[in-house]
Amino acid sequence: MLELIRISKTFNPGTVNAKKAIDDLSLSVPDGDFITIIGANGAGKSTMLNAISGSFYTDSGTIFLDGEDITMDPPHKRSRSIGRLFQDPMLGTAPGMTIEENLTLAAGHGGWLSRISAEDRARFRERLAQLNMGLEDRLSQPVGLLSGGQRQALTLMMATINPPKLLLLDEHTAALDPSAAEKVLSLTESIVRENHLTCMMVTHNMQSALDLGNRTIMMNAGKIILDVAGEKRDSMTVNDLLDAFKEAAGRQLDNDRMLLNPETDE
Amino acid sequence: MQIIGLVQTALELGLISALTVLALFLSYSMLNICDLSTDGCFTLGATVGAVVAIAGHPYLSIAAAMLAGVCSGFTTAFLQTKMGINSLLAGIIVNTGLYSINIAVMGNSSLLNMNKTETVFTKLKSLLEGTPLSGQYRLLIALIAVVCVIVFLSLFLRTRLGLAIRATGDNPDMVRASSINPVFTSIIGLCIANAFTGLSGCLLAQSQKSVNIDIGTGMVTIALASLLIGRAFMGRGKIPKQAVGAVLGAFVFRLVYTIALRFDLPAYMLKLVSSVIVIIAIAGPYFRTQMPVIRRKLRHRNAAPAGVPGNSGKEVR
Repeated sequence: MLELIRISKTFNPGTVNAKKAIDDLSLSVPDGDFITIIGANGAGKSTMLNAISGSFYTDSGTIFLDGEDITMDPPHKRSRSIGRLFQDPMLGTAPGMTIEENLTLAAGHGGWLSRISAEDRARFRERLAQLNMGLEDRLSQPVGLLSGGQRQALTLMMATINPPKLLLLDEHTAALDPSAAEKVLSLTESIVRENHLTCMMVTHNMQSALDLGNRTIMMNAGKIILDVAGEKRDSMTVNDLLDAFKEAAGRQLDNDRMLLNPETDE
Repeated sequence: MQIIGLVQTALELGLISALTVLALFLSYSMLNICDLSTDGCFTLGATVGAVVAIAGHPYLSIAAAMLAGVCSGFTTAFLQTKMGINSLLAGIIVNTGLYSINIAVMGNSSLLNMNKTETVFTKLKSLLEGTPLSGQYRLLIALIAVVCVIVFLSLFLRTRLGLAIRATGDNPDMVRASSINPVFTSIIGLCIANAFTGLSGCLLAQSQKSVNIDIGTGMVTIALASLLIGRAFMGRGKIPKQAVGAVLGAFVFRLVYTIALRFDLPAYMLKLVSSVIVIIAIAGPYFRTQMPVIRRKLRHRNAAPAGVPGNSGKEVR
């Protein structure tokens, strides 16, 4: 259970560039929810995920995860219970180190002086085989040799090797080619389903925002302007979503890429 | 005979400075931090080691020098991770401060003599008296130290902590995502690296039976040159191979330098030589990657007829 209680964040406060990225936002995410998040550029989607994962501290408000106040916890502490993927597949892995070394760090078992055991290797191999990318035979190769899709799949594996309380996905398929994106997305779905993960996913693809998960929220100007789930969401189409956006935002959509390609994943 | 002497000197000095090269292997190659406090830390190891040895503790002097290195490394790491000071600047600041500390350690003097001091070198020398190895005590001690450090590094960098240190230099975000604080790994890495630098300084001072305030001047460039030479020889293989490459680089650097001295190159040229080697070693690969662009520019200049702007553009369309 994640709870955001009236969090706010202003970047560059007191300057001409001051931008209120998150504005008095509250959100409650029960265990097992898979929320898709949509909104125009600069609406505060990524900023909200950054606030949850601790990339910065919020100016005000409180963040609870499983009843624990994590508002002022540093990011490396939060990452014990929060897994995260970014748009850039390079961000999640250490390119100069091998696949098994990356996985060992992510798995985080054993003491500081423990080494990779045969048991670990067997477990990694088994998990990697589920990706169907042949990575299980390349354990001792540097991650830098992998393609973007492979790296993102590996990052997904690393983020979920110890099932986190919360998985944050920030357009994690947007930088991949269509077939890799599709593969990573279906992997995401199956991993989330198998581990009953609570998940929040930012996407620019309105169709997959409706197809994936059980709840969709829409953001604008640092606020949540639409929050749908259940039957109402099931019957929604992309056009309903766009109408709802216009209505809720109270203005016409400008030439945002959300409008330009509502069907396709960029 | 003379050649053997040359190689022997190069081996001894090369192995001792190889400890500093291995320190930079950890901080520069693994952590991706260019530790400019290396010069001062090297001298600190030398002065602390000398003072403790002169006080009559030959073995303790080694440990003391390494501990002094740890303190120096911790300070550098603390400044850059907790005080918001740029990592290069942090090294320079610590280096400057260490100058005063080193003179203070030597009791307000810039020179200490250890001619009659008992050190690990004199201990081993008397132990080997009469055996075929009697002349090789310097080499043996340096070799033992280097082997210990390589074995330590090879094992350590495969532990979880070692992996975390390597990942810190590779992708600190990934370290954070693995619930490890990159500040912690940077501090540990620099402490260990500087312990080796301190050891290196201590052994050099004790092997030449004296220490002066300039003993570490230019060490960071010399060690960097050696590291890059080693990389050129061994490439980027597994950790033990890279570490051995670093030692090899230190030896080759000393050998070239010793030979250069034979050809009447004055001793003070060492530092210029090391600077040039570092420049070539870093700029060389850079220019190699730039070559296609440079060639393309030249081709373009030769091919494009001057004075007809716009013309070629229309044809393409």
